[in-house]
Amino acid sequence: MTMQFDRVSVTKGTREILSEITLSLTEQRIGVIGNNGSGKSTFLRLFNGLEKPSTGTVRFGESTDDLRRHVGFMFQNPDNQIVYPMVEEDLAFGLKARKLPKAESETRIERVLSELSLTHLKGRLTHQLSGGEKQMVALAGVLVTEPEMIVFDEPTTLLDLRNKMQFMRVLATLPQPAVVVSHDLDLLAGFDRILHIAGGRIHADGRPEDVIPAYKALCEDLGGC
Amino acid sequence: MLTDLYIPGDSALHRARPAWKLALLFVYCTAIFVVTHPGMLGAGLVLVALSYGIAGLSARDALTAIRPALFVLVIIFAAQLWLESLGMAIYVTLRLMALLMAAALVTYTTRASEFTEGILALLSRAPAWVPKDKIALAMSLVWRFIPMIRAQFDEVREAQRARGLERNMLALVVPLVVRTLKTADEVAEAITARSLD
Repeated sequence: MTMQFDRVSVTKGTREILSEITLSLTEQRIGVIGNNGSGKSTFLRLFNGLEKPSTGTVRFGESTDDLRRHVGFMFQNPDNQIVYPMVEEDLAFGLKARKLPKAESETRIERVLSELSLTHLKGRLTHQLSGGEKQMVALAGVLVTEPEMIVFDEPTTLLDLRNKMQFMRVLATLPQPAVVVSHDLDLLAGFDRILHIAGGRIHADGRPEDVIPAYKALCEDLGGC
Repeated sequence: MLTDLYIPGDSALHRARPAWKLALLFVYCTAIFVVTHPGMLGAGLVLVALSYGIAGLSARDALTAIRPALFVLVIIFAAQLWLESLGMAIYVTLRLMALLMAAALVTYTTRASEFTEGILALLSRAPAWVPKDKIALAMSLVWRFIPMIRAQFDEVREAQRARGLERNMLALVVPLVVRTLKTADEVAEAITARSLD
């Protein structure tokens, strides 16, 4: 399924956050880079319908108005993404919203916990988990809803090296297409496509080996990025 | 005041329907307040103690329920001692402790999701315009926010202590309120992202 942006602009007051973005995203792993305030997060929020375009259209396949049903969203801080105090009931939260029968909901939770090797956390209190465990539980909460695409907002910022490496391993095995906003250029190096956003526009779009070095070079050039 | 979180277990109280537990808590609190007799209070305290035993909870769990309100209890005890008598001070303080322990017993034995269902059951006869799902979710979020706000308070206190401002209430409250409001915004957004509304 293709995510399509057709002349999408987002304006807040008089300030244009994103300007005339036109893209067709078909790759499995897409990275998004750019400075703070460049419009990356706004761009990402459009995927899930958290942000509505001021003009233009965001389309997933044929769908424009129920993007949330198709696209899962991983926030930077898992503490703010986890809603319930117990792992098991937090994972059930998104499924209840989708009115899934209890038996099917339990089966899905068991399956996702098993796939992520998190079964031992099922009965644990979420606030007692480590940062890495919380991140995995937040990801499990997204995966149980079986999204067709997942977007990640700076997923490794709060992780130590061990947890970051574990997250990278899990990310590599996900069958869904993933769009990842990150300042961690190592994380994005093996991706299929990189979008560099600057000043609310797509400044560069291509393979990581082309876009990332150019981005680094711009940044080294006294704030040129 | 609800104090702490769910403590996993398989007792009769853990299995009881949340709507019943909330209804019984309401009856218990009303009875203890309306019938102002030491015998009633004594029976209430025995009932709470027995219920903690049935739920497999310890005296330490009961004390944990009271601890956050200890400061308020001391003030109430002192005020009653000054205004009334030692007997009245003991009576009023014990009554408040019984209520706190009873309320905590409900939170200790009820998962947040069950609590949501319990509130929905209690609201089932409310008019259609009442946003039952949202009220139930908001109330059950209390479980999630208590440890989060507690952790944020500890972080702010540490930061202010490092600056020598640990006794400055403004320096503690303002950052905590700002962070709590920001967190509330982010949690609300995450709920939106994970739901379909």
